[in-house]
Amino acid sequence: MTHHLVASDLTLAYDRRVVIENLDLAVPPESFTVVVGPNACGKSTLLRGLARLLAPRSGAVLLDGRAVHTMATREVARRIGLLPQSALAPDQISVADLVARGRYPHQSLLRQWSAADEVAVATAMALTDVTDLADRPVDELSGGQRQRVWLALVLAQETPVLLLDEPTTFLDIAHQVEVLDLLADLHEQGRTLVAVLHDLNQAARYATHLVVMTHGAIAAQGPPGEVLTAALVAEVFGLPCRVVPDPVTGTPMVVPEARVRVR
Amino acid sequence: MSADVGQRASAGAPGALGAPGSLLAQGRVLRLAGGRLSLRWRPRAVVVGGTVLALAAGLVLLALVLGDFAVPLDQVWGALTGAEGPAGTVVRELRLPRALAALGVGAALAVSGALFQTLVRNPLGSPELIGFTQGASAGAVAGIVVVGLTGGALALSALGGGVLTAVAVYLLAVRRGLLGARLVLVGIGIGAMLNAVTWWLLTRAELATARTATVWLVGSLNAKGWDDVTLLVGALVVLGPLALVAGRALRLVELGDDVARALGLGLRRAQLLLVALAVAAVAVGVAVAGPVPFIALVAPQVARRLVRGPGIGLGTSALVGAVLLLAADLLAQHVPPTALPVGVMTGLLGGVYLGWLLRRDGRRT
Repeated sequence: MTHHLVASDLTLAYDRRVVIENLDLAVPPESFTVVVGPNACGKSTLLRGLARLLAPRSGAVLLDGRAVHTMATREVARRIGLLPQSALAPDQISVADLVARGRYPHQSLLRQWSAADEVAVATAMALTDVTDLADRPVDELSGGQRQRVWLALVLAQETPVLLLDEPTTFLDIAHQVEVLDLLADLHEQGRTLVAVLHDLNQAARYATHLVVMTHGAIAAQGPPGEVLTAALVAEVFGLPCRVVPDPVTGTPMVVPEARVRVR
Repeated sequence: MSADVGQRASAGAPGALGAPGSLLAQGRVLRLAGGRLSLRWRPRAVVVGGTVLALAAGLVLLALVLGDFAVPLDQVWGALTGAEGPAGTVVRELRLPRALAALGVGAALAVSGALFQTLVRNPLGSPELIGFTQGASAGAVAGIVVVGLTGGALALSALGGGVLTAVAVYLLAVRRGLLGARLVLVGIGIGAMLNAVTWWLLTRAELATARTATVWLVGSLNAKGWDDVTLLVGALVVLGPLALVAGRALRLVELGDDVARALGLGLRRAQLLLVALAVAAVAVGVAVAGPVPFIALVAPQVARRLVRGPGIGLGTSALVGAVLLLAADLLAQHVPPTALPVGVMTGLLGGVYLGWLLRRDGRRT
């Protein structure tokens, strides 16, 4: 079953500071949607709004036509998973124990660990390649391993929709590619992904639907090949650049103009 | 109906998913009614809990035997089951209720500490953080000095002060669901003001009154009887089931606000439940014995190190707190030439413990 996640006339604000005003976005079902934009353009705020961590000032986030803020929070948690930037691992927790906590929305006081829980956790750990780390304390892992463990927790939640807030931050380039390849695999298996990314070239490579934001609004959206132009990058980021085909994938690649000409 | 008892919740079990190693390193699962009911626990937590419980039973026995009026071990059972005479009276009316009160107060303070430490994500979390202890102290000292309260009325005055302060601090601290640093700062600020009130009241009091108030402030189990035990048991019956629910929420709260909410926890409601439970627990403890220091701070950390699991368990914390306070009370009664209030002893032990913790953590880094 495909899931339709839609922001309808959405206004999001922190106290009195309005970050996003009257925004409309329909996330294409089963797409790998990537949101990019300059710092403070509201892309993380939009993701928090979609994940119902931030209540709309006006408008609504609709999941299959129902406003997520009126749905039971556990019901939403069985459909939308979120990898936030601010995750904390308790001291000394093992990888398997942390991943297992992703099963919370499927459990209750009298149903603490079903056979389905076990399968979901094992599958999530295999997909993210952390099965061998199961007994290791999370504090002792490298940044890349830790990010894969958090991703495993979100996968164990078994949601058809995944929201990811800068999943590659703080990772070196090899680990960035590793995480993005994993996300591409998940997308191919039929999940709907919405990720906030910083790197335009990575966004162009992996996205099936690219959303470019500026000043709390959507400047352009569509397939990366159509959206990502030199004119748009100059307008949104204020960066003079050329857009050339990526030598590996043929997707658009943004190459900034040199500030000082090479003699 | 099948019950696969003690099956390791692991992919390493035969016929399981074939992944190497164990999936849930320390978990055991009991499934009943075709999987509709399932319980999960850590063997190590159960072993630690059982050991501490046995230790508690041993200490209670010791508490019944020791004292100016010697009751030999072979007479304890008779005294408990209603033998006439001084031994029966001493054991049934003095020593047993005092030992049980120590267990109950220790457990209540420890649970409160475990909740605060998880909520503010800091091993130094304790009921003092939210101003409860200072509010209760100000309330009790005002009751003693201004009105001359004793007994149940005094406990109520302390409770009133504590709960009012906790509610005020909570309302001032909660902004957009943010607990943590703000809660600590508001709590310390209000606590300091209330301490000033307490000291001001003490300086104005008559000498004898001031002395009574000071004994209350230190925390003491002197003259605890069956009505105190009844109060503690009542609290256990009411708060115990809440603690079961809270324990599950606690395991999500410690992953950070965003993860907890993304996993389907109603964060605001959960935080309110946790704070209310923490305040209720410390309220019961303080109403019975006064603000006995350090149990709330130390017991959860000892329990966590014994269980070696992630996070702080409420059950094991309660058991450790119970044993610590009873042990401290036995030391305070029987080791010094004249018996001390138990709060003096827990203060001493707590200081030693914190020193040890610093030394250990210093060595590790």
